[in-house]
Amino acid sequence: MKQCAIELKNITKVFGKVVANKNVNLTAYRGEILSILGENGSGKTTLMNMISGIYFPDEGQICIDGEEAVITSPKDAFAYKIGMIHQHFKLVEAFSAAENIILGLDEGKYDLKASTEKIRAISEQYGFDLDPEKKIYTMSVSEKQTVEIVKVLYRGADILILDEPTAVLTPQEIEKLFAILRRMREDGKCIVIITHKLHEVLSLSDRVSVLRKGEYVGTVKTAETSESELTEMMVGKKISLNIDRSEPQNVEPRLVVEALDCCDRSGVKVLDNVSFTANAGEILGIAGIAGSGQRELLEAIAGLQQLQNGSIFYHNPKTGTVEELRGKTPLQIRELGVRLSFVPEDRLGMGLVGNMDITDNMMLRSYRKGRGVFVERKAPKELAKSIIETLEVVTPGATTPVRRLSGGNVQKVLVGREISASPTVLMAAYPVRGLDINSSYLIYNLLNEQKKKGVAVVFVGEDLDVLIELCDRIMVIGSGRITGVVDGRNTTKEEIGLLMTKTGEEGEK
Amino acid sequence: MKDKAVAKKKHEPLFHVVKRDDLAWWQVWLIRGFTIVLGVLLVIFFSMMITGKSFDKTFDIMFRGVFGRLMKGSTTMLWKYLQEIAILLSLALALTPAFKMKFWNCGAEGQALMGGLASIMCMIELGDRLSYPVLICVIAITSILAGAIWGLIPAIFKALFGTNETLFTLMMNYIATQIIAYYVYIKGGGSNVINPVEAGNFPKVGNNDYFVNIVVVAAITLIMYIYLRSSKQGYEISVVGESQNTARYIGINVKKVIIRTMVISGALCGVTGMLLVAGKDHSINVNSVGGQGFTAILISWLGQFNPFIMAIMTAIVVFLRIGVAKVADTALLNSSFSEIMVGLVILMLVGCEFFVRYSIKFKRKKEAKA
Amino acid sequence: MIVQFLCRAILLGVPILYGSTGEIITEKSGHLNLGIPGIMYVGAISGVVGSFLYENACGNDIEKMNAALAILIPLLSSIVGAVLMGLIYSFLTVTLHANQNVTGLALTTLGIGLGNFLGASLISITKSELPSIALTKTSSFFSVKAPFADKLGPVGELLFSHDFLTYLAIAIALVASYVLNRTRVGLNLRAVGENPATADAAGIRVSKYKYVATCIGSAIAGLGGLQYVMAYASGVWSNNAFGDRGWLAIALVIFALWKPSIAILGSFLFGALCNANNYIQGLGAETQELFKMLPYVVTIIVLIITSMRKKREYQAPESLGLPYFREER
Repeated sequence: MKQCAIELKNITKVFGKVVANKNVNLTAYRGEILSILGENGSGKTTLMNMISGIYFPDEGQICIDGEEAVITSPKDAFAYKIGMIHQHFKLVEAFSAAENIILGLDEGKYDLKASTEKIRAISEQYGFDLDPEKKIYTMSVSEKQTVEIVKVLYRGADILILDEPTAVLTPQEIEKLFAILRRMREDGKCIVIITHKLHEVLSLSDRVSVLRKGEYVGTVKTAETSESELTEMMVGKKISLNIDRSEPQNVEPRLVVEALDCCDRSGVKVLDNVSFTANAGEILGIAGIAGSGQRELLEAIAGLQQLQNGSIFYHNPKTGTVEELRGKTPLQIRELGVRLSFVPEDRLGMGLVGNMDITDNMMLRSYRKGRGVFVERKAPKELAKSIIETLEVVTPGATTPVRRLSGGNVQKVLVGREISASPTVLMAAYPVRGLDINSSYLIYNLLNEQKKKGVAVVFVGEDLDVLIELCDRIMVIGSGRITGVVDGRNTTKEEIGLLMTKTGEEGEK
Repeated sequence: MKDKAVAKKKHEPLFHVVKRDDLAWWQVWLIRGFTIVLGVLLVIFFSMMITGKSFDKTFDIMFRGVFGRLMKGSTTMLWKYLQEIAILLSLALALTPAFKMKFWNCGAEGQALMGGLASIMCMIELGDRLSYPVLICVIAITSILAGAIWGLIPAIFKALFGTNETLFTLMMNYIATQIIAYYVYIKGGGSNVINPVEAGNFPKVGNNDYFVNIVVVAAITLIMYIYLRSSKQGYEISVVGESQNTARYIGINVKKVIIRTMVISGALCGVTGMLLVAGKDHSINVNSVGGQGFTAILISWLGQFNPFIMAIMTAIVVFLRIGVAKVADTALLNSSFSEIMVGLVILMLVGCEFFVRYSIKFKRKKEAKA
Repeated sequence: MIVQFLCRAILLGVPILYGSTGEIITEKSGHLNLGIPGIMYVGAISGVVGSFLYENACGNDIEKMNAALAILIPLLSSIVGAVLMGLIYSFLTVTLHANQNVTGLALTTLGIGLGNFLGASLISITKSELPSIALTKTSSFFSVKAPFADKLGPVGELLFSHDFLTYLAIAIALVASYVLNRTRVGLNLRAVGENPATADAAGIRVSKYKYVATCIGSAIAGLGGLQYVMAYASGVWSNNAFGDRGWLAIALVIFALWKPSIAILGSFLFGALCNANNYIQGLGAETQELFKMLPYVVTIIVLIITSMRKKREYQAPESLGLPYFREER
């Protein structure tokens, strides 16, 4: 008989008007791996944050080992031997790994050497590869994650919560992580892993609990379920995507990228010899594990990245001339008559200004128009109105700061503005992330419309089903290299998945 | 079983703080207005405590300390009051574009001093060589330039290397102070005083010394309002202030905007220096600005970057400053009492922003375990 | 001559050292306290008020004064005054999430006003003809020197001739340095200033650390004001005499790269720079004024160089000046 580690009863948490969790009930046992499955925004992370003391539930109870527990701070959580590994690592960049690991502990005398030894011992026990004296800001993502896990183990946690631990890892690293997690399960620890990737759920966990829009849907044993059942639980009813896809017409090269190299601030190559062509009248999808260089690639084309090598050629459909975009600022690119629209991943941090209203956000692209020193607000106001109407943006009015709109409406405003410039190239990074189904479809339709108008659309996505149904061609990127380009009409998820996990060298052939 | 539940309950927080949805503008100003009224009442209360006078009497002294015998037709004090407002407000206005860009210009003091230095130098060195209108023009140009340069230096380093501007501009203040001390020593013949200079003074209008200053600042207020609200540069400033990433994304040259805005900010501080020297004191010393550069920071922040609200805030602060000083004065107490009171009211206003942005949620009484 | 110059530099440097040690501790918790100049004023005037009351209670008779009380009363009142200011600052910036720069500057206005007001009130009570108040008796207790200092020649004078608050300042800076780098509390505090969310997740009580660091920092800075009055000015308070030493203390924090141990030497250097004008032969009084800007110029140069080098270890705490609210979304 397995021992009950965590039991949640009727947990509710509200942020402002957003209900993040509503009457959630959940149980996790020792010696098992429980997956919490749900789409983006289904309240998985909020729920786990309440167990680890970051948030406090508005209503409901948390029981640990069968007794009611009041967890008001992470310290309380440690006392219950609960350790959480957050998706965004909570590490002090200026500290060493060891300093981070012992941070906040109270174990008598401060002795960094003794702690370092203990860390080495833990690393050996579970097979981690970690240098305790290395500073965090010099570490790779996977090293940082290792620090996080060791940190929790060092504190003697026997309930481990991992929030999307695989999102940033390579397949090899994922395998290594899973092996470690299984070893911990055999140690009798209770492991909860938050994810939205089905194959991980099936290969790793013993049981799966599903959340949908903040509500608890149910729990099933992994051995007794299937991918389709889980999907149905996750999204409510089984949906086939059925995205319209027209045949590309008048295909001609619009954007030709050759041998791009780009290094980040610490000198690590984030784009390595990237070459491809984006054609007018077609949607080019870009698939890859998050953080493989997608952001840098789009920013490079938009003139926001310093490039070490390569060229970006734009074929101007009006004049027939070819322009080199590399080394130009966004403004210079504009002045060349290149109509490049870009929907960046970070909507409120880059694409829009959260504290400004919709009208003023429309002006971001157009405020330079006109000769005088004053801005002209009439046209942007009209544009704001028409976007609110045609894209059905839910907002109290055009003067509401966009940060107060919901994710989907923010995205409508952003995409609406970018499309209104009647672009010849439209780049969109994760345009449906965090959006509900209806908003997502609206965005797909908008992209398709642009394609029909002869725009070269570049779509960076994470959901492979969407990529396959929407895009004409799909380019796969792995660790900053192009690992392959496939035809969207006759490819499979498996084929793309395989390319995603390839390292660059193999893919080059 | 029951005991345990009770014992555990102690740990539950009584209340917790949550971020509010945005309040309507009138609700926000209700909170702020209430705080101001409360603050003024507290100030009067404290004044009553130290002087032992009644409420009516205290308020009367304050009011007459600021406005003089306005009822009997004397406007001398009123003009003086407006003059004080003009100087403080013009500094606050000068800082506002920089603050809106989230550039902490704490160097208004130094920038104004440098502007004032340029003015006095022109007045002394060129006073008898140039005709009056030319002299005034030269004073204006050099003062603006001097302030602008003093603002430009930290801006360049901020733009190029991200050098911390708060500390940089603070240090620049004291360098300016020492330059003034140096110049005053030379020209004052070791007496630390420069006698008022006749040449290059702003003209009297009617019988009024300060009219020009007040009009200039009123004009700057209006222009600044329009500049921030409706000009392309003002728009760029807001975008850079809100998010440098967005600014880069739409092709704004962030470095250029930082430098340009700080030149404007410094130049306007230079104007204040000119108003102080050519329009008011006709002399200069290390205390000419008298710490108002810091008060101006507070005003600009309290005014939420809106020049007209800043004008109201300035009027309140100057009212307290003069009025309370008068109260302290009549009780033969040191006038620094007014600084304490101004500090108090500003701290209250700073604190009240909390209630604009957050609300306190008390834990709902949970019914016994179901 | 040189010994005298160095001793003077140390004497001038000590208030700045107090101020910057206090500010370093505060900044390590992520709070840029621009109220330090005001807090140092309050520390000074509180000490003055304390010793004034004690001197009066003893009938202004030095024979009746107890050495321990004569030192402890001003010391404690100075600390209490400064901590109260620190509490106001931390309540506004930590609990109410108010803007740190604005709060600090308002606090400086308040503190300087308080200093001058209380100072002027005391002056008027004593009916002194000078615009100052002299607490020479209390000061004489503060400036007791080691008896063997004179016998050891110049070296002895340089090392042992100072008042005890000077040694206390160095001791505090060294202890602060040790605590910050070699203890658990120091590690936690640095984490709070670098990344409060991480510290919070690690179970560190962020608000408590911020409060305590700010208040301890204020107390230390307040002692700087006390040292200035009792040791440097021989117990004489006059309004505005403390001047801009508070800002120099903030400058020294940058100069010292947020390390109290460097601040010790830095404060002596600042003291020397403030004072160099008096010891360089043939300087006119006007050039002396120019020399007084040296500490600020040096600070700016250090500020620029550290920002250009971008070395992680030499930077300010990462979240310096940013408010922290756990449930921020």
